[in-house]
Amino acid sequence: MHAVWTICKREVNAFFDSLTAYVLLVIFLGLSGTFTWLFGQGDIFFVGEASLDIFFQVSFWTLFFFIPAVTMGMIAEERRSGTLELLVTKPVDDLEIVTGKWLAAWGLVAIALVFTLPYYVTVAQLGPIDHGATISGYLGLLFISAVYVSIGLFASSLTGNQIVAFLLSLFIAVFLHLLFGQMASVLPAPLANVAEFLDLQGHFQTMSRGVIDAASVLYVVTLTLVGLLAATVSLKSRSWS
Amino acid sequence: MGITASNLTKVYGTQKAVDDVSFEMNTGEVLGFLGPNGAGKTTTMRILTCYLDPTAGTATLDGYDIHDHPEEVRRRIGYLPEDTPLYADMPVIDYLRLSADLQSVPEADVDDRIQEMMDVCGLGPERHKRIGELSKGFQQRVGLAQALLHDPPVLILDEPTTGLDPNQIAEIRELIKEIGQEKTVMLSSHILKEVEMTCDRILIIDQGRIVADGATEELQQQFMGGTRLRVTVDAPGDADVDGALENVEGVASVQRSNGSYELSAASDVEPAANVFHLCADRGWVLTELTPIESSLEDVFRDLTETPDTPEEMSSRAT
Repeated sequence: MHAVWTICKREVNAFFDSLTAYVLLVIFLGLSGTFTWLFGQGDIFFVGEASLDIFFQVSFWTLFFFIPAVTMGMIAEERRSGTLELLVTKPVDDLEIVTGKWLAAWGLVAIALVFTLPYYVTVAQLGPIDHGATISGYLGLLFISAVYVSIGLFASSLTGNQIVAFLLSLFIAVFLHLLFGQMASVLPAPLANVAEFLDLQGHFQTMSRGVIDAASVLYVVTLTLVGLLAATVSLKSRSWS
Repeated sequence: MGITASNLTKVYGTQKAVDDVSFEMNTGEVLGFLGPNGAGKTTTMRILTCYLDPTAGTATLDGYDIHDHPEEVRRRIGYLPEDTPLYADMPVIDYLRLSADLQSVPEADVDDRIQEMMDVCGLGPERHKRIGELSKGFQQRVGLAQALLHDPPVLILDEPTTGLDPNQIAEIRELIKEIGQEKTVMLSSHILKEVEMTCDRILIIDQGRIVADGATEELQQQFMGGTRLRVTVDAPGDADVDGALENVEGVASVQRSNGSYELSAASDVEPAANVFHLCADRGWVLTELTPIESSLEDVFRDLTETPDTPEEMSSRAT
C-alpha cells in the first residue's frame, strides 16, 4: 500500500509540475461553467429552477472527454520513454503501480469537481435546492469518473502512443456512455434489459435524481476493478510477448 | 551468494534471443557481459531483474529465485537499464526520494542515503535541477545513484557508459570499480576496452549463446596465441622482403599492409632478434619493429564475427 501512495503522489506532482493539470482544469471548468451559466438555451437561468441538474448533464459529457486526456499518457508515455522498465523492476507489484496512477487521476477529477462547489453554494442562495439530489449527483460524477479513469489506464497500458490511447479509451467508453443506451431502445426485450443495465448514462441519471441504487454502485465498482485488472494484466504481458 | 543463472532461454516468436545461458558469479566480482548489438545482453539482464519471464530456465540472485520471489529479487538489485530512462521532469533530489520510497528505504535513513549517493556520484551541485536539464553524463550518474540508493548486494548495469565523453567514461569506470569491491556487479558493454579495464571476469555472448566465460587475463591468454610484430623495412625496390621475412625462423605468417608487414609468430618464439639480424645482413634499414599488443578485441572479433555455427564457437571457447 505504501507504494500505491508513493506512485499516486508522484503522478499528482507530475500533473501540477507540467501544465497538464492547469490546462485541463481550465478547460473542464470553462466548458461546464459556460454551459451551466451562460449558454442561454437550457442554462440554469433558462430553466428557472434551483437545481444543478444542468451542470451534472454537462459534466457527464465533459468528463467523458476530459478523463481520457488525463490518463492517455500515464502508462503509454512511460512505455515510450522506457521509464516503465525502471518502475516495474522496483520491488513494486504491477497492480500497485496501476492503482497508484488510478488514484492520482481520480484525485485530479475530484479536485476539478471541488472547484465547482461554488456553483452549488450560488444556486443554493438562489432558491430551495434539493441537497440530497445534488450530493448524490456529485457522487454519481465521481462514480462514472472512477470507471472512465480505469478504462483510460487500460487503454494507456496497451500502447506507447498517447493519441492511440486517447482514442481507444474513448472508443471503449462510448459503449458505456452512449451505445448501450441506444441499443436498449432498439433491441428485443431480454437483450434490451441487459443493454439498459449496462448503460452508464441510465445509472448516472438515477443518481443525479438523488437515488443511489446498490445495483448501480456494484456495477460501477465492478467496471472499475475490471479496468484496473485489465491494465495490470496488460502491464504483465510484457513477459509473454 | 551472487547470481546463478541456469539454462535461461527466451524465445521471441521463432527467434531465440537468449539460448540456454548458464553462469555463476560470486559476491565481489565485477562481470563484464560482452557481445555485439542484439546478442541477447539486454534480454538476459531483463530476465535477471524480473522484467521479463524466461521461456525456460531460471536464475537466483542472492539466493532468491526469480520465479518464486520476484519481489525479494528486485529488492536486492540495483538496476540501470539501457539509455538511462529517468523522469526528465523531476528534480534530481525528488527523483532520488521517489526511488528510495519505492525501494522501501527506511524513512529515517532516506536523507542520509540520498546525501551519501549525491557525494559518491558527485551530484551535489545539480540536486535541484530537473533531470532533463542535465547533461548525459550527469543523467547517468543519477541513474547510478538510484541504483545504489538502497545499498543492494547486486548491481546490474546495462551499457552504463554509452553516450558519455571519454572523461565521463573514465569517471564512471572508476566509480564502478570502487563499488565492485564489495558488491556483485554485472555490466554489459560492446566496448571491449572498457570491460578489459573494469571487470575481473568476462562473459561473451553471441546470438543468445555464451561463447566464452573466464577471467579477463585468462581469456586474453587463451585466445591470443603467439606474439605479433609490425615491421617496416626500407629496402631497395627489387628486394624480396616478403619472401625473406617468411623464411625467418619462428615466423608463422606475414601480412603486408600499407608498406609495413605484420608478422605472426609461432607460439613461444620471439622472432624480433632474427628479423633484426636478417635486415642487418642484407643491408636493409629497419625503420619499425613494434610488438602488436593483442587485446580482447581480437578475442571478441574472433568469437563473434566469424560466420561459424554457434556449436563450433562454444566448443572453441571451452
